[in-house]
Amino acid sequence: MSADQNRPDPAAKRTPADARPDWHETAPVVSIEDFSIDYAGERPVHAVVDVNLTLGRGEILGLAGESGCGKSTLAYGITRLLQPPGLITSGRVVFHSREGYDIDLTTISGKQLREFRWDKIAMVFQGAMNSLNPVASIGAQLDDVFTTHRPTMKAKDRHARCGELLERVGVGANRLRSFPHELSGGMRQRVMIAMALALDPQVLIMDEPTTALDVVVQREILDEITRLRQEFGFAVIFITHDLPLLLEISDRIAVMKAGHIVELNDAYDLYTDPQDAYTKRLLASFPSLTGERGDFIRTGAMDDRLEEGR
Amino acid sequence: MSTLSLSHVTKKYRLRNGIHSSVLIAVDDVSFDLVSGQTIALVGQSGSGKSTIAKMILQVEKPTSGVISLDDTPVIRRGAGLRRYRKDVQMVFQDPFASLNPYHTVEHHLDRPIRLHFPELSKAQRHQRVLDLLERVRMSPAEDFAPRHPHELSGGQRQRVAIARALAPEPKILIADEPVSMLDVSIRLGVLNLLAELQRQENLGVLYITHDLATARHFSDEIMVMHQGDIIEHGPADDVILHPQHDYTKLLANAAPNPERRLKQLAK
Repeated sequence: MSADQNRPDPAAKRTPADARPDWHETAPVVSIEDFSIDYAGERPVHAVVDVNLTLGRGEILGLAGESGCGKSTLAYGITRLLQPPGLITSGRVVFHSREGYDIDLTTISGKQLREFRWDKIAMVFQGAMNSLNPVASIGAQLDDVFTTHRPTMKAKDRHARCGELLERVGVGANRLRSFPHELSGGMRQRVMIAMALALDPQVLIMDEPTTALDVVVQREILDEITRLRQEFGFAVIFITHDLPLLLEISDRIAVMKAGHIVELNDAYDLYTDPQDAYTKRLLASFPSLTGERGDFIRTGAMDDRLEEGR
Repeated sequence: MSTLSLSHVTKKYRLRNGIHSSVLIAVDDVSFDLVSGQTIALVGQSGSGKSTIAKMILQVEKPTSGVISLDDTPVIRRGAGLRRYRKDVQMVFQDPFASLNPYHTVEHHLDRPIRLHFPELSKAQRHQRVLDLLERVRMSPAEDFAPRHPHELSGGQRQRVAIARALAPEPKILIADEPVSMLDVSIRLGVLNLLAELQRQENLGVLYITHDLATARHFSDEIMVMHQGDIIEHGPADDVILHPQHDYTKLLANAAPNPERRLKQLAK
């Protein structure tokens, strides 16, 4: 039986909740057009070059690539968090709000930008579990989000909402008064996700959210993200270098190399039928858990797929 | 042939909490043998006691009870005896950014262990050994790499220097604590390949500590699964991964990203 016959029709292979025939085209939430970012210097570094991407509403888009390929820079560019010498040199990022209006993110600034961030696009940072303030309780830090972005909210409502958020991510409202050091790495990561979800954003950008966690906790967090996505309907840009992990949760995967997106495809197709040589090499660097692939380590035979470009 | 064996090794830590104290059993009655030429992977969640075992083997921690012996002689914990033991048992650390001293050159890092363990060598001979070591970890031209400082190397190159340093005293046993987890995905297999090749050349016994089941399966002959200080499963690599017996091993195997299984799910 050929691989083609084996392959189901793309629209039929998913559950109805996920069914999405080219969803990202019909209902986009973020469109990125010809987006380029440079790091200015004596020799400017072109960190992101002419990226075109459309993120569908409620879609999980995986962004894969090695360190230094520009995947985090792209995320920072989308949220306009770039610090000099980082500079957006061309292109635009348009956010299509569910209320029906569009915002060009590259043009707004000041108050407008502050209102936009977190509220519409929230971000979970790399090593997020260490980005909590060690001298403030979890509750106080969650509360800060609301005092800043929802100044009219009453203290009692804020408290209730913070508790509810912690329940949602599986930490429990009774931990509101805990300090970060009293929580495990996985729980701190959940708190960070709760914080990102606080204002019901339409897009969540997660930059290596599970890299520092061990496999069992990582699995819990992934399940949590999948569940929360169904509950809230936000779209996710999931940045990591771990391709097998991306396959588990993403609808589509984009592979980045030296600032370019070299391949963008449905997760299933990208894994079973990679087109670009770099994607193939990246896939080859993960030994398979149950299959035969990867046996070459034990024999010590050098695989030329790994040598190329190094 | 050398054998490193742990018999009924237990490590307890006393946790103090105000005036109360409790005992944490980090490693509970663990016994296994590591023979030259063999690779054993030690897998488990963080906090399961993997690193405590490594520390005890390296004599950084003292077991509360039980005996660690090399070739049937219990390890001497001080003086010349300990130095001899350290010559035979070496370690590669997880983070190559932290394990090399930023002030010193690559040559210095490799020269030190040679000077300590082979005091009879002349300066020129030591230099030649440093170059040989660098060539063996595929860092050529070695003359070019020897005078460099760690910040002039990439993560993978640093880790290869760390491997060369561990090989400098010509050990029989190598403990590798997550040697590739800090490296970029595309060079991980390259470093593991190198370790496997060196292992065969030197007939080293390797204890590979990791939480990555996929590389553990392909890199090692046997796998030991640790859970809360206990070794709950120990067997040939393929058996442990493909036919896990213990519930916890099954949990670990299911938690690891597994594209093959996922593809089957999607295809349904």
